[in-house]
Amino acid sequence: MHGLNNNIAVDARNIGKIYGTGNEAVIALGDVSISIEKGEFFTLLGPSGCGKTTLLRCIAGFETPTSGSIHLSGTDITYTPPNERPVNTVFQSYALFPHLTVAQNVGFGLKMLGKPAADIAKSVARVLALVKLEDFADRLPAQLSGGQQQRVALARALAPEPEVLLLDEPLSALDLKLRKEMQSELKRLQTETGITFIFVTHDQEEALTMSNRIGVMSQGALLQVGTPHEIYEHPVNRFVADFIGETNFLDGQVDNAQVRIGTGDLLDVPLGDHKGLVTLAIRPEQVSVEPQGTGIAATITETTYMGTDTHYKLSLSDGSLIVARVQSNSAGARSAGDVVGIRIDAAAVQVLKS
Amino acid sequence: MSQRRRQRTKGANGWLLSTPALILLVFAASGPLLIVAIYSVLEKGDYSGVRWILSGDGWFRVLFERDIFDQTVSLADANLSIFWRSVKLSVATTLITFALGLPTAWFIATRPAKVRAFWLFLITIPFWTNLLIRTFAIMEVVRNEGILNTALMNIGLISEPIQIMYTDTAVLIGMAYVYLPLMVLPLYAAIDRFDFRLIEAGYDLYASRWQVLRSVILPIIKPGIIAGSILVFIPSLGAYVTPRLLGGGKNMMIGNFIELQFGQGQNWPLGAALSTVLLLIVLVSLVVYTRVSSRDNPHG
Repeated sequence: MHGLNNNIAVDARNIGKIYGTGNEAVIALGDVSISIEKGEFFTLLGPSGCGKTTLLRCIAGFETPTSGSIHLSGTDITYTPPNERPVNTVFQSYALFPHLTVAQNVGFGLKMLGKPAADIAKSVARVLALVKLEDFADRLPAQLSGGQQQRVALARALAPEPEVLLLDEPLSALDLKLRKEMQSELKRLQTETGITFIFVTHDQEEALTMSNRIGVMSQGALLQVGTPHEIYEHPVNRFVADFIGETNFLDGQVDNAQVRIGTGDLLDVPLGDHKGLVTLAIRPEQVSVEPQGTGIAATITETTYMGTDTHYKLSLSDGSLIVARVQSNSAGARSAGDVVGIRIDAAAVQVLKS
Repeated sequence: MSQRRRQRTKGANGWLLSTPALILLVFAASGPLLIVAIYSVLEKGDYSGVRWILSGDGWFRVLFERDIFDQTVSLADANLSIFWRSVKLSVATTLITFALGLPTAWFIATRPAKVRAFWLFLITIPFWTNLLIRTFAIMEVVRNEGILNTALMNIGLISEPIQIMYTDTAVLIGMAYVYLPLMVLPLYAAIDRFDFRLIEAGYDLYASRWQVLRSVILPIIKPGIIAGSILVFIPSLGAYVTPRLLGGGKNMMIGNFIELQFGQGQNWPLGAALSTVLLLIVLVSLVVYTRVSSRDNPHG
């Protein structure tokens, strides 16, 4: 009874997309179902080739799914051509019209919708102000920097006030500083306009900082949907844990209500109903480095000073490796070769099926 | 400072390098043009050639004719209709080659890189064959007992052959065929540089297929359209062989009319004046065309 929920902007049901036929068939999307709420900043996260862009293109209308259906605010748009969908895209390459000025680019959608010239001018001025490009209205795209072109692409997609804005890795071409700026800029625009944003990225940090919810994808499948906190703290499997932030994995065996790891040490982790062999996902910041004799014995193999934090690569007695991130001042001066003890914040450890 | 002076010296003598080109321009292009211009204001010789006496008769007879008996002056309707037919057929040829050339160039530019060279090769094949032979080939297709009429009669669509040969239609078919590659190649070059992602951007922003063509594709490939149109229009206007063979004696174009003056007509000054008029028509058309097409597009 999906369709009855008025609060759903995009409802994709059992989307499959197969390119080619027979032996050469490539499954781009398996059986993906996803509901994105109105006004949400939703991020599709995954490595390249995981199907996130294909899913986005299905929503935009550039691809027709092989199976399944897509509903927009309750209306089936699976086979609606892209120019009849109240959905706009910010392209990875920006795809600005090189022969049109910034203002003409931004007004293009409204012009195609047949809006009167006066209304278009008003909307264009408003949207350009929103992205702080008022003074560039008469420039051609080629006369703008990458960051400015990015803003024009954003303004152009926002001007027709779409129900859903699709963003296909829009920040990947920007340098780090500009990317950080645009991240908060995008977040601000999304809050101000109230438009549903569906954002595609392979950058987990970007996903964590900007999104209301994240969908993690891999090999054409949607592995987990949740808030950044849920995804980070409670990854459903090893792939998600590994993809979202740095994670240590230790194999272990359930022993009564505890898990015995390779070194023989017992950890009192939240087991749930796991039994037998398990994998423990441990974030580097959940590992602390202590003097020798406390906790689990380990040898430092590498230290990396990162400013406020120091990263230690440690090897345990059974040969498994673990990374710890500790505050630089609390760690004292330790160097490679030192024998130490580590403590694992067992309550925060995520137990996964092996 | 010294470096700047050296640069200036280099610039001052640099024009010497263009001497061969200048000589070629002066003697091979401007020189003959000058001769044509001078001949147009001389008196016609008794049989051919010119007498070195200044005369406006050549220019006068471009537009007017004098009655043999009462010497009254009237507009030379025959000449005007030849001018008009030439311009009309050349514009039509340009439009037809554009209409056929755009899909063709688009098709080639969207093929995989490997097979594009093959398609381009096919387009250029006609260039390898003599124009006369190509025109005879067209004659073989359109004449009353030709391939087209025979085929149409055999399948029963017509009972009498359609008279295409020796009409403007035949000239048009011939010219469109001959000049099509000149339209396709610059269009291909423009489409090849076109960023096809812009088409998706157009669809995404509510443009229909027609609007994407008109508001995105055509304005961006405009340099190719201008180049192709110029390359087709100019030789069409001065075409000689095609209208001569396919149009017969009656459907003359300017080129045939000019040839007539230097041959049978034995009026070199008129021929020279007509040649100059042809040049002027081309120049004016070019100026008007580039002005109009470089005007800001309707999005302004």
